[in-house]
Amino acid sequence: MGERKVTVAAEVGLHARPAATFVQRAMKAPMDITVTKMNSAKAPVSGKSILAIMALDVRQGETVVISADGEGSEQVLDELAEIAGTP
Amino acid sequence: MGVSPGIGHGPAHVLSVSVPEPPEGATYDGEAEPEKERAMTALTQVAGELESRGHRAGGEAEEILKAQALMAEDPGLVVRVRSLIDRGLAAPRAVYEAFARYRDVLAGSGGYLGERAADLDDVRDRVIAVLYGIPMPGLQGAPEEPYVLVARDLAPADTALLAREHVAAFVTEEGGPTSHTAILARSLGVPAVVACPGATGIRQGARVLADGTSGEVRVEPAESDVADAVSANAARRAAYAEAGGPGRTADGHPVPLLANVGGPAELAAAVAAGAEGVGLFRTEFLFLGRSEPPGVEEQVRAYRAAAEAFPGGKVVVRTLDAGADKALAFLPAPPEPNPALGERGLRVFLRHPEVMAAQLDALAQVEGAEVMAPMVATAEEAAWFARECRARDLRRVGVMVEVPAAALRAGDLLSAVDFVSIGTNDLSQYAFAADRQLGAVRALQDPWQPALLDLVALTAAAAAEAGKACGVCGESAADPAMACVLAGLGAGTLSMAAGSLPAARAALAAHTLEECRLAAGAARDAVTAAEARAAARAYLPGLGRLGL
Repeated sequence: MGERKVTVAAEVGLHARPAATFVQRAMKAPMDITVTKMNSAKAPVSGKSILAIMALDVRQGETVVISADGEGSEQVLDELAEIAGTP
Repeated sequence: MGVSPGIGHGPAHVLSVSVPEPPEGATYDGEAEPEKERAMTALTQVAGELESRGHRAGGEAEEILKAQALMAEDPGLVVRVRSLIDRGLAAPRAVYEAFARYRDVLAGSGGYLGERAADLDDVRDRVIAVLYGIPMPGLQGAPEEPYVLVARDLAPADTALLAREHVAAFVTEEGGPTSHTAILARSLGVPAVVACPGATGIRQGARVLADGTSGEVRVEPAESDVADAVSANAARRAAYAEAGGPGRTADGHPVPLLANVGGPAELAAAVAAGAEGVGLFRTEFLFLGRSEPPGVEEQVRAYRAAAEAFPGGKVVVRTLDAGADKALAFLPAPPEPNPALGERGLRVFLRHPEVMAAQLDALAQVEGAEVMAPMVATAEEAAWFARECRARDLRRVGVMVEVPAAALRAGDLLSAVDFVSIGTNDLSQYAFAADRQLGAVRALQDPWQPALLDLVALTAAAAAEAGKACGVCGESAADPAMACVLAGLGAGTLSMAAGSLPAARAALAAHTLEECRLAAGAARDAVTAAEARAAARAYLPGLGRLGL
């Protein structure tokens, strides 16, 4: 299972625009993608659900773990990590 | 509440997005599959509409609408709608309930995320309207004259394609300073009033006058009132433009005007408004919504950004103001029956001294930062805080005066610190035993209450006697008449939201220090808040000339 740890850099956190960009990319991927907030009791959520990602309430400076498995997942993870880490 | 300054008037265009709540337990006739198909078609249609509006609008609106389109097609939501229909619920009710689950999570988070719940409601209402066959509210293309757009709340989809020249003002029943209406109005430069109860009851086409500075909304005003408001606004703008530069009275007594800042993002606006520094840098933004406190390095970066925005200017950083009234994940506070009266502000540090220590360590690395503690009540507390600061070589140390005990004994507090800063909102709350969150006791929160003015006067007098500084960093100074009175009571600096600075600067520049003192004395001699306001204004003739 591939995963990336990323600290969210956008000032608004992983909400609104950054969440939309993230989800748009994730939806193009053929495999399941999950997102977990580090040091949080919240369960992992689907990276393809903007509502679930917004509900995670990831603020600027917080770290998320993005996971995916299967062919091409490394490439997808790199791109998603890049989006989540962009200010 | 005025959230975008200026005067706007014109016929009311009332947006009545009154999509009814589908009845609880509503079921459908026929098979589940076609009902699911109906729901999916509506969701897809709304997503498509939002996206195409976004494309046409471009810019920030496009991003907001794209996010809303993704909400309509959210896979988690789709699964939930399908399973609710399988359980027998009709498509509109299933959509309503599926959205409700996410809505509650967002609304429960409060703040920025809480206001996104309105975006979600808008998507939901559009889908339900499609399912019911109710027409979507639309805006006229090019009206004969600019209209005042009135709504419960404005959704990005309604406003994305608005042309600046078609809209004279926005008036909404709901919303706050960070709602989409407010953000959009300020970016378009359109006057806006939000949180105006009963606004959607205004008759379609009625003449409306909205003052985005004072928050006043008038229906069917006399022609002469409109003319007066427009010319007063023009005079105001001219006066603001003329009274640039540092805050001072007409006879040259300096009253530095500083900004209250809630995070690094607000620094640019403070600089643009001509703030001479930051009188209150709130630090809660660094701590909110986190499971661990921010490290020293991260804090240094944030505080340094404030200091760098005002080279040579004053930057007063307030240590974390949290506790029972504003809970933080990593500072678990046992539930209290009266959170405003319990462990909050400086009191929290008695139990979690490491949080204050890290913050002071960070501040000690920032050249020029001054530091003050919130919610200080006694001389011992002030002395304890000052010792902790001095041990780190922090040179300018102060405390907030927000509790009547601190105002009454300001001299004792000042023997340990270099300055005091009066927080008029909390000082009102504690002086009148009136919760500042509670609408029912709002009248007691009036900064013109003579008892509050007495407490400010006592504090300022004690500071003058000690030869130390006394500032005011409550929003009360945003009222230009009050800014003059506070200067007259002896406040050395005034700090407020950046947007309020130009009016306060113009008001001060129009009066001598002696006039401010006379106004302050007259206000304190009054018995009620209304009398105090009227008495002070009688000594401040320049306000009328400025249209303030």
